[in-house]
Amino acid sequence: MKNKNLYNYILGIADNSLILGQRMGELCGHGPSLETDIACTNISLDLFGQVRSYFQYAAKIAGDGRTEDDIAMLRKEREYKNVLLVEQPNTDFAFTLGRQFLFDVYHLAFLSELQKSSDLTLSAIANKCIKEVSYHERFSSDWVKRLGDGTEESKQKMQDAINSLWTYTDELFHQTEVDKAMVEEGIGVDVTQLKEEYYKKVSQLLEEATLDIPESKWFQKGGKEGIHTEHLGYLLSDLQYMQRTYPNMEW
Amino acid sequence: MTTTEQHIDQILMPILEQVSDPEIPVLSIMDMGVVRSAIIENGIVKVEITPTYSGCPAMDVIGDDIKKALQDAGYKSEIDLILHPAWTTDWITPRGRQALEDYGIAAPLNAEADKEVLLNGKRIVKCTNCGSKNTRLVSQFGSTACKAQFQCADCQEPFDYFKCLK
Repeated sequence: MKNKNLYNYILGIADNSLILGQRMGELCGHGPSLETDIACTNISLDLFGQVRSYFQYAAKIAGDGRTEDDIAMLRKEREYKNVLLVEQPNTDFAFTLGRQFLFDVYHLAFLSELQKSSDLTLSAIANKCIKEVSYHERFSSDWVKRLGDGTEESKQKMQDAINSLWTYTDELFHQTEVDKAMVEEGIGVDVTQLKEEYYKKVSQLLEEATLDIPESKWFQKGGKEGIHTEHLGYLLSDLQYMQRTYPNMEW
Repeated sequence: MTTTEQHIDQILMPILEQVSDPEIPVLSIMDMGVVRSAIIENGIVKVEITPTYSGCPAMDVIGDDIKKALQDAGYKSEIDLILHPAWTTDWITPRGRQALEDYGIAAPLNAEADKEVLLNGKRIVKCTNCGSKNTRLVSQFGSTACKAQFQCADCQEPFDYFKCLK
């Protein structure tokens, strides 16, 4: 492949949305109330739509006949480059929305920079996605505040969620070799530059939500290199079920 | 208003106006602003459409419906999905906004008012049933990606509000 770096770079971005979209989609019919159920699946749909734009572009770059579906459905676990944060399972609603919030704040900042990419397709996709993601961020921030500054029980659950997810936040700002090469070409976003603002924004909101900002400095990483937590395999077996069981099936 | 231009061959206008949004059937795709260009080149109609929301499942259907409408009128066509410039609710025509309201969907407010409504709970969205502005946000997300759920506090009617996208 001629543009291997670009291809891998696009997958790195898109896999975050794909895996988080799948997690949010799991709430379809299982949300705590009708409105939140619809909201979570709407977010899932937005993320999948964004993934399609990225994968269609990646398939074009590969230029070997593979399709967006092949890229989404037929890779092995180690070939997915999403961050560990987004693959963490939905344990309860506070956890689901806490995870969404910690990703949304990053996602918004990332897309805002990607709009300036010298790659016109990526900048157009970013320009499109950022409008949707700003709605996601409003929604998840709102819930972090509502649960954090809610009852004793809801506050405890949101605090537990933030505490256990915190260890996955630092990975958002790690650069892979591909990332570095793309930044150098003016295509990619230098995520290291987003870190300070991210923690500032997240901390501000946690304070508003009357929650404690975790102090732990121990951070997990590996997703961007394809080294995942045990949860991704189970998620993929769900996601890939149809294509693995009935190869090449179409709707 | 954005000044992004549309390039539509006027001969094709009556055909394209017949194609409606599959999720909001009262709305023609032309009033929705999703068709960015339609020109005839060497006997083939080339149409460019742009998605409202990335994940909008209506886009594939709209593409097929345009193809079919053009085929019925004797044209071969090619449909392209373009992402730039990104669609905005400003591209919904005044006729389109009226069609939405008549159908029971409140038309999008401007960006600032939209924010007041969705973030600060300001009551300014007009109920599509009784016209009262005493309405409250039920959820920022509604029956499709482009809408939010509202309820009128006067007549109690639940209704959708088309979110501003800019």
